[in-house]
Amino acid sequence: MSAPEAKHAVEIVGLSKWFKDFQVLKSIDLTVAQGERLVICGPSGSGKSTLIRCINGLETHEKGRVIVQGVELTDDIAQVEAIRRDVGMVFQQFNLFPHLTVLENCTLAPMWVKRVPRGEAERTAMEFLERVHIPEQANKYPGQLSGGQQQRVAIARALCMSPRIMLFDEPTSALDPEMIKEVLETMVELAETGMTMLCVTHEMGFARTVANRVAFMDHGEIVEIAPPQEFFNNPKNERTKEFLGQILH
Amino acid sequence: MAMFPEARPVERFRPLEWLRENLFSSPLNGALTIVALVIIYWLVVPTVQWAIVNAVWTGGSREACLGEGAGACWPFITNRIGLILYGFYDDGERWRPILTFALLVAGILWLTLPRLPRKMLVAVLMVTIYPVVAYCLLTGGLGLGVVPTSRWGGLLLTMVVAVTGILLSLPLGILLALGRRSDLPVVRIASVIFIEFWRGVPLVTVLFMASYMLPLFAPQGVTVDKLLRALIAVALFNSAYMAEVVRGGLQAVAKGQQEAATALGLGYWQSNTLIILPQALRLAIPNIVSTFIGIFKDTTLVSIIGFFDLLGIIQSGTSDSHWASPSTAFTGYLFAAAVFWVFCFSMSRYSRHMERVLNAGERR
Repeated sequence: MSAPEAKHAVEIVGLSKWFKDFQVLKSIDLTVAQGERLVICGPSGSGKSTLIRCINGLETHEKGRVIVQGVELTDDIAQVEAIRRDVGMVFQQFNLFPHLTVLENCTLAPMWVKRVPRGEAERTAMEFLERVHIPEQANKYPGQLSGGQQQRVAIARALCMSPRIMLFDEPTSALDPEMIKEVLETMVELAETGMTMLCVTHEMGFARTVANRVAFMDHGEIVEIAPPQEFFNNPKNERTKEFLGQILH
Repeated sequence: MAMFPEARPVERFRPLEWLRENLFSSPLNGALTIVALVIIYWLVVPTVQWAIVNAVWTGGSREACLGEGAGACWPFITNRIGLILYGFYDDGERWRPILTFALLVAGILWLTLPRLPRKMLVAVLMVTIYPVVAYCLLTGGLGLGVVPTSRWGGLLLTMVVAVTGILLSLPLGILLALGRRSDLPVVRIASVIFIEFWRGVPLVTVLFMASYMLPLFAPQGVTVDKLLRALIAVALFNSAYMAEVVRGGLQAVAKGQQEAATALGLGYWQSNTLIILPQALRLAIPNIVSTFIGIFKDTTLVSIIGFFDLLGIIQSGTSDSHWASPSTAFTGYLFAAAVFWVFCFSMSRYSRHMERVLNAGERR
């Protein structure tokens, strides 16, 4: 099981992955400290989503090691499940369960995976729905909520499993512009609690203010990784400069 | 100036305008309307005259139906109604199929009427306890006289074949559909072979095999009831079709649903039963019910292996010299068609009802 005293939240060594014959990840090395907030950016197809999906085993890797809270991700299903209990994930398309209410979305995994009694699971769910500012929507169905509200429910749903690491896979990319702010604010509030966060996002304002480090990925490699000040003001790699030039107007 | 929402204009129904807009909007449409009316008149009037107006309603034999211009020969049905409903099931024991059927109807009504509580419990009872009760009631034992399945017939037999086919093919089909999408090669290949085998052979062949060839291969002294063999054949045959219907539903569920369930730590069976199947089955309801209706109508094929189902028993009656008349066969087939139509139409309506109930909960 996960050792609470693990030195690193995530440790990735020589990670390579192929889709058929195409290499999407090229020998990635990355260490994320406990409580660190890492933002990963890069052009589409650079492998950034694939990288964070390797951390909870949504994608399998062919070479290298992924160690999460001291537990290595292997073929052993018990170990994979132990890691998934520790890692929450928020998706670009929210992926809420449309046939369940907001509250049921939040209580399902605690009740079935952790065997938490219903009453306790519902109390926890309401706490987190309050933290993301939508307790009044608890008995609605996802289809009745706006995109921003759905994404905040998705964050609350992940938090209900009390994860120690949160993965965000482009959480604002599918949102209408006026809803991006409410989701980012929720993520900032989460960062303030000291949660370890790995965020794939193009929200550079968020990266500047919240991240401890920003990584730039291109063609399956981490081209540059640095604290935001250095990353934005003094990028060293040409590809990073070019990318920043394209997205910062 | 503030804009207040305006009331939507009321549309009054004006019959003449409706006629002009919908039936006579152009010379061609007017002509088509008239042609259609003529065809309807030409079809409906003689049918009604034959089946109702000129029909013979009472009598005890063919003589009643031989009159000049006589229509449908309803005494053929009313005199033989016991045979049509129960086959050769012992007269004094007919309360047993009646009770079995009543329990089935009660269970379905309970699941349909919105006010009644504990639907989940009733549904579970209907698929677990009910088949056992029905089996004991119909075959006998436990103090009840034994009625061999060779005596079952008519609507009773049709219902037995259809209900077991429906009750078994859905769960089997779900398992096969999941198997076909499994990551385990052995499970996947076994499911594909099973599905493609049963979909590749005609039901008639399967029934012949089950009733005449299996006993030849069976070890000495082992006898499996002929009806049971037919029931298993029907269930396996239809589970292959059901598997593909369910697989269609599974494929329509967004990939992200499985990913979200996996990321939350749900295992294979948990994510399938809690997340994927509830959505997939709802999407597949129209096709699942189509398959149910198909199963119900295909029960008529058991007549080729020597069973007298509803249609078979009516058909055998038409060659009875006691009832031979020009209209006997037509009357019998009309009655059989009407009974089948009532059952199939009910299933169709029930499926629409289920879709409405399930969508109302979600309000998407």
